[in-house]
Amino acid sequence: MNLLSNLISGLSLGSVYAIIALGYTMVYGISKMLNFAHGDVIMIGGYISFVMTVYLGMNGWVGLLIAIVTCTCLGVLIERLAYRPLRGTGSLAVLITAIGVSYFLQNVALLIWGANPKMFTSLFDGVKALRLAGGKLVVSPESLFTIAANIIVMIVLTLFVNKTKAGKAMRAVSEDNGAAQLMGINVNQSISLTFAIGSGLAAVAGVLMCSAYPVLTPTTGSMPGIKAFTAAVFGGIGSIPGAMIGGLILGIIEIFARAYVSTELADAIVFACLIIVLLVKPTGLLGKKVSEKV
Amino acid sequence: MGTVLTVKNINVYYGAIHAIKGVSFDVDRGEIVTLIGANGAGKSTTLHTVSGLLRSKTGDIEFLGESIAHTAAHKIVSKGISHVPEGRRIFQGLTVEENLQMGAFVTKKDRIEPNLEYVYEQFPRLKERTKQIAGTLSGGEQQMLAMGRALMSDPELLMLDEPSMGLAPILVDQIFEIIQNLNKAGTTILLVEQNAQMALSVADRAYVIETGKIALSGTGEELAKSDEVRKAYLGG
Repeated sequence: MNLLSNLISGLSLGSVYAIIALGYTMVYGISKMLNFAHGDVIMIGGYISFVMTVYLGMNGWVGLLIAIVTCTCLGVLIERLAYRPLRGTGSLAVLITAIGVSYFLQNVALLIWGANPKMFTSLFDGVKALRLAGGKLVVSPESLFTIAANIIVMIVLTLFVNKTKAGKAMRAVSEDNGAAQLMGINVNQSISLTFAIGSGLAAVAGVLMCSAYPVLTPTTGSMPGIKAFTAAVFGGIGSIPGAMIGGLILGIIEIFARAYVSTELADAIVFACLIIVLLVKPTGLLGKKVSEKV
Repeated sequence: MGTVLTVKNINVYYGAIHAIKGVSFDVDRGEIVTLIGANGAGKSTTLHTVSGLLRSKTGDIEFLGESIAHTAAHKIVSKGISHVPEGRRIFQGLTVEENLQMGAFVTKKDRIEPNLEYVYEQFPRLKERTKQIAGTLSGGEQQMLAMGRALMSDPELLMLDEPSMGLAPILVDQIFEIIQNLNKAGTTILLVEQNAQMALSVADRAYVIETGKIALSGTGEELAKSDEVRKAYLGG
């Protein structure tokens, strides 16, 4: 029973990582950049939802919706103001800018909300936990909903990318930016859309994560951001199913390491697994072998 | 007849490298015009500049009387220019059908179906492989897909960059036959080739590019007979 309960916790944590990792992987796929500010968008999403529900007394779901809209706009704005002017200048400039944007967002949050941790009210405040097997297995509504949300996001995103015109255009731009322009695809629009989707998902992840671990500080997004990035690399960066699988595996490893090995060593074990995977398969679990174009 | 494309005195740079030095040429409606020249002479760069992926510092490019020198690449397609880039550059991870759909990205909805039928008529091989991932096609099939994809926007001017590259001679003949068929059906063609013999045999007019400049021009026949061209590009 203990094992099952840990597995559910792992899947739930992994689902949060997977949703965040989607943002990393889609943005990397389309613009070949690592958006290290992605984790901080999660934090902003958490704070927006916090302000809406705790300060303004709104319903948690309305707060979530407002957080999604705000982060979507924030993501598009970041791309437009910070990354687009640097397109074509080499990946190092963009990487440093992304780190800059990350610190900028953290400090804006520090300025507005201060350094003291805020207690987040769970989206499922008052909802009873599910008790199975005569009360031996307790599943929190947070876990249940997070896992469900991840599955829904995965299905919707896969359909979007494979069936819609805008989704196919995103794939075309990911593969060959120049050829996509020759088709009449507006590459800037495709990239904006990717940032919008990734950042909207970051807000979802932020609210879900804060519901499960209800302490909010300006650096709340950093660690999950880095772990989700790890998950994206683990699964094969650029691959949507890879982000999902990478996230889930990472979440399960982390919870199991915490439960059966050592709480202190859990993060070390997670990153050690990443290193092993990359040694054996440098492109990640589902990553495609990409031949560099000259 | 009328002029479809006029390129006037374009100068293109890659950083400090002056790749195209004052190139001018024009293409009339219904023609097959070819740009021939050695590797690195600037043929592909010229096509990239016409389709907006690269910019000229000077001069002008006019298409159907309208300047497109400052038009964004993704807007040039809908004006009627389709570019089949060197190395085909099909979307490897997409299916044949999806590649063709991307070619019709700016095509009016009611034109997509007839255009698709036209493409399948020209390239029956593609019809047999609609659901296949494009990256698994053979080289010749990939070239057909790249051309089919470009035709999905119903272009007035089709620009082909090295369509014969890496193909077996029998496939080269086939591709050139298709190019001539497309031209007979009304598409104006601007063809860039290293295979000068093949290109000159189908072209109405030709320009020879050497180190970023137009060195010679004339009808396909004239150039094929010219001593300079024979020595430099036709192996004596």
